[in-house]
Amino acid sequence: MVVTHRTYPNYNLWSGILFGIGMMAFIDEALFHLLLQWHHFYDRSTTEIGLMSEGLLHAFSWFATIASLFMLAGIKKRNGFWLKRWGGGVLLGAGIFQFYDGIVQHKLMRIHQVRYVDNLIVYDLVWILAAVLMIVGGAFLIKRTKQSGLKGSL
Amino acid sequence: MVIFSAVSAVIVYTWIGIRTSQKKRLRKWPYNRYGCWALGVVSMFLAFTLQMHGHSDFTMHMVVHLLLGMLAPLLFVLAAPVTLLLRFLPVTLARIATKFFKLRPVQFLTHPVVAAIVNFGGLWILYRTSLFEWMHMSTPLSILIHIHVFVAGFVFTSAMLYIDPVPHRSSFQLRAMVMVFGFTVHAVLAKLIYAESLSGVAAADARKGAILMYYGGDIVDALLISVFCLFWYRNSVFSKEKIPSEGVRE
Repeated sequence: MVVTHRTYPNYNLWSGILFGIGMMAFIDEALFHLLLQWHHFYDRSTTEIGLMSEGLLHAFSWFATIASLFMLAGIKKRNGFWLKRWGGGVLLGAGIFQFYDGIVQHKLMRIHQVRYVDNLIVYDLVWILAAVLMIVGGAFLIKRTKQSGLKGSL
Repeated sequence: MVIFSAVSAVIVYTWIGIRTSQKKRLRKWPYNRYGCWALGVVSMFLAFTLQMHGHSDFTMHMVVHLLLGMLAPLLFVLAAPVTLLLRFLPVTLARIATKFFKLRPVQFLTHPVVAAIVNFGGLWILYRTSLFEWMHMSTPLSILIHIHVFVAGFVFTSAMLYIDPVPHRSSFQLRAMVMVFGFTVHAVLAKLIYAESLSGVAAADARKGAILMYYGGDIVDALLISVFCLFWYRNSVFSKEKIPSEGVRE
């Protein structure tokens, strides 16, 4: 069997999506929690369900980061790496994480806010806008790779 | 006494490893397993020493927890002690040992879901009830809890990784899900300790310990997940050979 970059469309896509989620979670943790300290480790307004949801997202994204890199190593080894499709997955995954984080975690569950300042709305808008841009960009790339020669499979 | 047990644990393991490697019908025991065993013994030793000296300090308690409940079990599991023992034992005894692992109660307790409930549920009970307070009042109880933390950690890790022989194996998917839920419980517990502190622990100390539990746990979890993914990688479509059927390795 001859392997091309189109042999593993699903692995390329899913490796990208999982890596995008993991990468964004890592940036969130390393940059906003630990370095800048914009986010609080724990916010007094956090509900129990909020804690559960945050813990689940944390555990899942930690797992996803590592698993996605093993998938990437696999498709690389088999010469099946498709940068455009993988990159589309990364953008989509990162965007979805950011969107969920900004809407559900920050606003609905009130786990913490982007930053504890007066003009919070500016930060929230930038946060959500960045998420939407990543989702649109990712979806666009994925659609492009779908049109260029894939039949049926995602 | 502790140092004597640590040294003899390394010596016994190494001796059995070398001894069984001399038999022609067996392959050589891999060197990295000696290393894992030795490092496991070192983290056990560190846990014991810190436990004796840092009794009142909660941050220190968390270091001990990470070493005893997470890192040492992982290293010991990677050293495949049961496989080594089965190589060493005479056939009749080895058969009895394998029969033991096939017993219903043993299989039940080593099922991924049950092992995870015992491991993380035990932690939940320790930090969310008065048990933590009682632990500091009674030495036998404290010893019992520490043994539980280590044994539950070991059983959980080996139920995730399958390095030693396991008669009935659960799928990668199930084990991955169990890990995600288990790590969730660990992360939530850390944040609850941060938020509400523990009776008998100063708030600042509890917070430091909780952050250590959260991020320190992540580091050991990352090691565990990496080994797990490596096995998945070797079994998946990316393996060089045709996909081997699950459960016939070694």
